[in-house]
Amino acid sequence: MKLYLKIWRQKNASTKGQMVDYTLDGVESDMSFLEMLDILNEELISKGEEPVEFDHDCREGICGTCSLMINGRPHGPDSMITVCQLHMRSFNDGDEIVIEPWRAKAFPVIKDLIVDRTAFDRIQQAGGYISVNTSGRPVDANAIPIEKEMADKSFNAATCIGCGACVAACKNASAMLFTSAKVSQFALLPQGQVEAAERVENMVRQMDLEGFGNCTNTGACEIECPKGISLENIARMNREYLSASVKG
Amino acid sequence: MGVLDSREPKGPLANKWTNHKNEIDLVNPANKRNIDIIIVGTGLAGGSAAATLAELGYNVKTFCYQDSPRRAHSIAAQGGVNAAKNYQGDGDSVYRLFYDTVKGGDYRSRESNVYRLAEVSTNIIDQCVAQGVPFAREYGGLLDNRSFGGVLVSRTFYAKGQTGQQLLLGAYAAMNRQIQRGKIKSYTRHEMLDLVLVDGKARGIIARDLVSGKIERHSAHAVVLATGGYGNLFFLSTYCMGANVMAAWKAHKKGAFFANPCFTQIHPTCIPVSGDHQSKLTLMSESLRNDGRIWVPKRLEDAQAIREGKLKPTQLGEEERDYYLERRYPAFGNLVPRDVASRAAKERCDAGFGVNKTGEAVYLDFSAAIMRYGREKALTSGMKDVDDNTIRELGEKIVEAKYGNLFQMYEKIVDENPYKTPMMIYPAVHYTMGGLWVDYNLQTTIPGCYAAGEANFSDHGANRLGASALMQGLADGYFVLPYTIGDYLSDDIRTGPISTDSPEFDAAEKNVTDKLEKLMSGTGIHSVDYYHKKLGKIMWNKCGMSRNAKELKEAIKEIAELRKDFWENVKIPGRPDSKNQELEKAGRVADFLELGELFAKDALERNESCGGHFREEYQTPEGEALRDDENFKFVSAWEYKGEPSDAKLHKEDLVYENIKVKTRSYK
Ligand SMILES: Cc1cc2nc3c(=O)[nH]c(=O)nc-3n(C[C@H](O)[C@H](O)[C@H](O)COP(=O)(O)OP(=O)(O)OC[C@H]3O[C@@H](n4cnc5c(N)ncnc54)[C@H](O)[C@@H]3O)c2cc1C
Ligand code: SF4
Ligand code: FES
Repeated sequence: MKLYLKIWRQKNASTKGQMVDYTLDGVESDMSFLEMLDILNEELISKGEEPVEFDHDCREGICGTCSLMINGRPHGPDSMITVCQLHMRSFNDGDEIVIEPWRAKAFPVIKDLIVDRTAFDRIQQAGGYISVNTSGRPVDANAIPIEKEMADKSFNAATCIGCGACVAACKNASAMLFTSAKVSQFALLPQGQVEAAERVENMVRQMDLEGFGNCTNTGACEIECPKGISLENIARMNREYLSASVKG
Repeated sequence: MGVLDSREPKGPLANKWTNHKNEIDLVNPANKRNIDIIIVGTGLAGGSAAATLAELGYNVKTFCYQDSPRRAHSIAAQGGVNAAKNYQGDGDSVYRLFYDTVKGGDYRSRESNVYRLAEVSTNIIDQCVAQGVPFAREYGGLLDNRSFGGVLVSRTFYAKGQTGQQLLLGAYAAMNRQIQRGKIKSYTRHEMLDLVLVDGKARGIIARDLVSGKIERHSAHAVVLATGGYGNLFFLSTYCMGANVMAAWKAHKKGAFFANPCFTQIHPTCIPVSGDHQSKLTLMSESLRNDGRIWVPKRLEDAQAIREGKLKPTQLGEEERDYYLERRYPAFGNLVPRDVASRAAKERCDAGFGVNKTGEAVYLDFSAAIMRYGREKALTSGMKDVDDNTIRELGEKIVEAKYGNLFQMYEKIVDENPYKTPMMIYPAVHYTMGGLWVDYNLQTTIPGCYAAGEANFSDHGANRLGASALMQGLADGYFVLPYTIGDYLSDDIRTGPISTDSPEFDAAEKNVTDKLEKLMSGTGIHSVDYYHKKLGKIMWNKCGMSRNAKELKEAIKEIAELRKDFWENVKIPGRPDSKNQELEKAGRVADFLELGELFAKDALERNESCGGHFREEYQTPEGEALRDDENFKFVSAWEYKGEPSDAKLHKEDLVYENIKVKTRSYK
């Protein structure tokens, strides 16, 4: 099929970007979206132009690196997937496709479609861990029985891949879904209880410092999240936060 | 140099590690503050090592090329991590895990290393649970286990199909704690381009900031390479796109021996190749083989009709299907090890029984499991007189709970519903057992340069059993390196900070910038991918699932020619002093073009079949691998001498004192 692409090109963080039009022919329906971009880049290179830079690594939906706004939606038109799992069979011959980077103040553009998401790392550095020594000899794993339902809930929160689609989807560029998933994973486990109050306070503080917006319960994040992270986590984080500040 | 001293401790196998730890030199906690360690790679091996060494008090600097340590390739591991906990009471033990691993690796791994791995495996699970890794649990709240290829016990711990992700997030969290404390400095979007030696010791690295293009010098008292495997030299593989051999190869060029480069694991259950545009292959976790049955049609006509789309697999009855693994290997059936399962699939497809358009796919069928689980569920929920459709629905729910995300992944890629029609699978390059040669302390032949995880060669022999790469990465990082590196560093407590202002750093930096300039100066005609794909084709066709002397010799020649062409004709747009992904790729492919040749040379040298290395000239009448223990019971360790063709072979003889070396049989 033949596609009309409009792609955001930007040299680096300090130059202004712009949309550039490309026409691409010979796209097959079982190509992935990123393979389609590979082909575009091959063409650009053969013409002596600079290829379009985009972030990607595992190409199987788990590393959370790929991050494209496709026709205004993070990760494109399908639900519950990342861009690398999107296939061209979701498009038609002659379609126009608009491709942009994540848009959020806390995610500055590095080049073309690549943004800087290190704010997420800093939120986790603020407390997204259990303070247990790795060089010690912990107790036997089965000495900490955990109700299956709790373990599953914690697991579901832990499946967040840190892609940032939730932020990109949110009109306020809020990082609540991401942060709450991280907080919930630990809050639901007995191992994470001891420092729960401190954790949620520190992580929320860092989240605000990074310049993410507030949550106004629109729910766009949940809809666009490729891993189905639920809004329940935001509610849980709010409860945790409230009880922490009451205690504090 | 030239003498390979494995530094295996003496004494009975079960006491070696304990004795060694007791004898190793320690570094006083106050002195650890004065010692810097560079860790390249933040996957399970690098991440766990960084967290633990920082916690012990060393100053750690970590490097990864991704934007966050959490995105290292370990994140993609699906199936699980082994540990000899014997929670299932099915007869597992440290010895049995050790035995399975040595046998599974076709007796080409080092006994003492593997025993240590089995010994510390139980700590890994304790550690990860303490960190909050949400492993699968049973209703009673205890940890659940499943079984993996090549073994008859359930010793694999898992978190749905996302075990690697959860384990890596655990190590990453431990790293974050140390970053917050200021004990780890994390350099992301940075690539190591060279290793720096001062007085013959590893004392630092040259790295490129991938955003600004700036070349940086970093010094340390020791350097740990935990940079993963090199399977990407095949172009199509299950590795992430950025996986490379650069760091290990640069260390090799500076004196680190490269061991067993030809030992590559081909994983039997991957989604088959669909077309030329394809950039990577996707693995379907081996755990699926617990419930899926593998088959092809019995009759050639049926296979052909299926390929032409005239017949559906579901239309073939039981007696028209060839469950070839169950037929050939009754004891292990669908759970034979990966090398055996992969070759058996290739054998059937080569004989014309393949089931997709290209004839390179076999079925992985869940219908029997779905019905079995459905019936059980109906019985246990007290449902009577239920029809097949209801049973199927009940069964599908149970299969979904076990493997849901894998089924979803398959459906997205292939556009077919695997609950209704059997999956198609084919073997793909998945893991490299070869890597930098290391001694028992995980030190390479360069003093002060260590290798951990998939980047070293040590524990898996010629074939890796499922769920043991994660185990090895974490064992190295959490429990081995933190001890063994102290032995070396105890000599360094008075050294003080290492200056980056030295002729050695100058020379290494110049070497790097010259190389970048050379890459950029080409007025070339072909893209980097063009070369990478060509190399991949040579590797897959001539050094892939089966090899022979004639084709290996051809490959050696072709790779050398391709390398020459690359340096003359590669075309890299943009500039070196800014973000430039083509330049990043070019540097990686340049190294693959050298390693590929050494790989073929190693395969040619090894006149036997073992594990992932199948030489067509050496097979039994039934087509099984034919080892030659008399002549090849050794690790091949290659010393760099200029061109790959000049590399010099050193042999580390493998001694089995505690295990009787037998022919591997899974019948
Ligand atoms: C799809 C898939 C499924 C798997 N499933 C399982 C499983 O179920 N069980 C199991 O045991 N194993 C499994 N494996 C294998 C296992 O995941 C890997 O062997 C293991 O994770 C490797 O870990 P590592 O820490 O050695 O390296 P990696 O996780 O690959 O990390 C490499 C690190 O090195 C960095 N790096 C590389 N080169 C450079 C450089 N030049 N400069 C700077 N940084 C660099 C990268 O940024 C990264 O941080 C699977 C593998 C795949 C591909
Ligand atoms: S919550 Fe969902 S959308 Fe947000 S970072 Fe995690 S996986 Fe991505
Ligand atoms: S590239 Fe890893 S999630 Fe898309």
